[in-house]
Amino acid sequence: MVQITFRNKKFEVKENISARDALKKINIDPESVLIMVNGKLVTDDVVLRAGDQVKLVAVVSGGSR
Amino acid sequence: MRCRKCDSAAVINMRHHKLALCAEHYGEWFVTSTQRTIEKYKMFDHDARILVAVSGGKDSLALWDVLTRLDYQADGLYIGLGIQGDIAYSDQSLARVREFAVQVVPNATLHVVDLEETYGKTIPEISHEKMRGHGKPCSACGLTKRYVMNRLAAERGYDVLATGHNLDDEAAVLMQNTLHWQTGYLARQAPVLPSSDGLAKKVKPFCRFYERETATYALVRGIDYVYDECPHAVGNLTNFYKTLLNQLETESPGAKLQFYIQFLKAREEGFFQAAADKVSVELHACEVCGQPTTAPGRCAFCRMWGITAPHGTLISADAIAVRGEDEFDDVEMRVAESVDVSGL
Repeated sequence: MVQITFRNKKFEVKENISARDALKKINIDPESVLIMVNGKLVTDDVVLRAGDQVKLVAVVSGGSR
Repeated sequence: MRCRKCDSAAVINMRHHKLALCAEHYGEWFVTSTQRTIEKYKMFDHDARILVAVSGGKDSLALWDVLTRLDYQADGLYIGLGIQGDIAYSDQSLARVREFAVQVVPNATLHVVDLEETYGKTIPEISHEKMRGHGKPCSACGLTKRYVMNRLAAERGYDVLATGHNLDDEAAVLMQNTLHWQTGYLARQAPVLPSSDGLAKKVKPFCRFYERETATYALVRGIDYVYDECPHAVGNLTNFYKTLLNQLETESPGAKLQFYIQFLKAREEGFFQAAADKVSVELHACEVCGQPTTAPGRCAFCRMWGITAPHGTLISADAIAVRGEDEFDDVEMRVAESVDVSGL
C-alpha cells in the first residue's frame, strides 16, 4: 500500500498506479495539489510503489495578500 | 515524464504550454517568463524603486525573490493584520517574511506596519466593531491593506507597488465579476494600474502564472512560506471559483489561461471602455490624512478606523535595511503624535 498525506489527513491506495489515478481514487483534483514522493516534487504520471511516502501540497495558500 | 531541455526527471508538467521541466530549468523558465511579463505590460524598468507587498505566502515571497534575481531594486512591505485563528497565522507569516528577508534579500529593506501598534486594533477587532463584511473581516482587511500599501509607497518615494497576484487569483475575480456583469470592475481589472492623483502605480508580474506554477517555484527554490490559508479565506467565494476553474482546467487544459488572456485582449480592444469612462471619478485629498478618496471629506480608511486628527505624517518610523536579526526591533511602524487614537 501507499500512504498519502494531505492537510493532516491520511489516505491509503494500492501500489503500482500513477499518482494521477491515485488522486482520482481519493477524489482530489490534480490541478489543486503538487505531489511530493519521498520528499521529491514529481509529475502526476509517476507510478507509486509500495512503501512510497506521498505528500500533497495544496496549491492554494495565503489569502491575505 | 522528462524535462524537455535536459531529459532529467520533470518536477512540473504545464499542459497548457505543453512543457515539462526539471527543477533547474523550471527555475530559469520562471524567472525569464516573469521578465517577459514585466516588459510586455511595461510594468517598470531597472531605474524604478519597487515596493513588494509580502504576506509570507508563496506568491509574494517568490515575487520578491524573482525581482531580486532580476536585479530590480525591490523592497518589501509586511502588514501585521493581527489575524491568528488556531494557527497563529499573522505571527508565523511575519516570522517567515523576516527569515526570508535576512536569508534571501539581505540588501533590501523590509518595512513592517503592525496595525495594532499603529492604529490600536487588529483587523478582526476593527471588523467586528464596525460590523463590516457580514461576519468576515475580508472587506476591512482589503481596504486597510490598500490604504497602507499606497500610503507607504507614496511617503517612501516608491515608483511602483508590486503584488503577487497569480493567474488563478485574476481568473477567479474575473469569473465572479463576469457572472454578475460588474462591468465597472471588469474595466479596472488589469496587470497594471497606472498611478494617478496620489495613487501609486500597481503591477502584478505573476498575472500569467498558474497558482501551481508559483507554488512549484517556491518549493524548487526552497522558500519557506506559510502553507496555511488565512483562517478567514477558507471557504470564501474566491476559493470556490478557483475550485470550479480548476475542475474546468482538468478537463480542458489551458482553459484558465485562455479565459484571462482573451479577457485582457478584449479589454485592450476597448470592450469595456464605456464602463471605464462611466466609473472614472475625480479624486479628492482626505481632509485628515491627505490620501486620495472618491468623495470630499474623510477617506473610507480614516472613517473606519475613527481617525479624526488633523492632517499630518501618519507613518513616521524609519524602516531599515535587512542585515541582521538584531535590527528588527527597530523596524516596526509607530503611531505618529498627530494621530488621535483615543476613540479607537
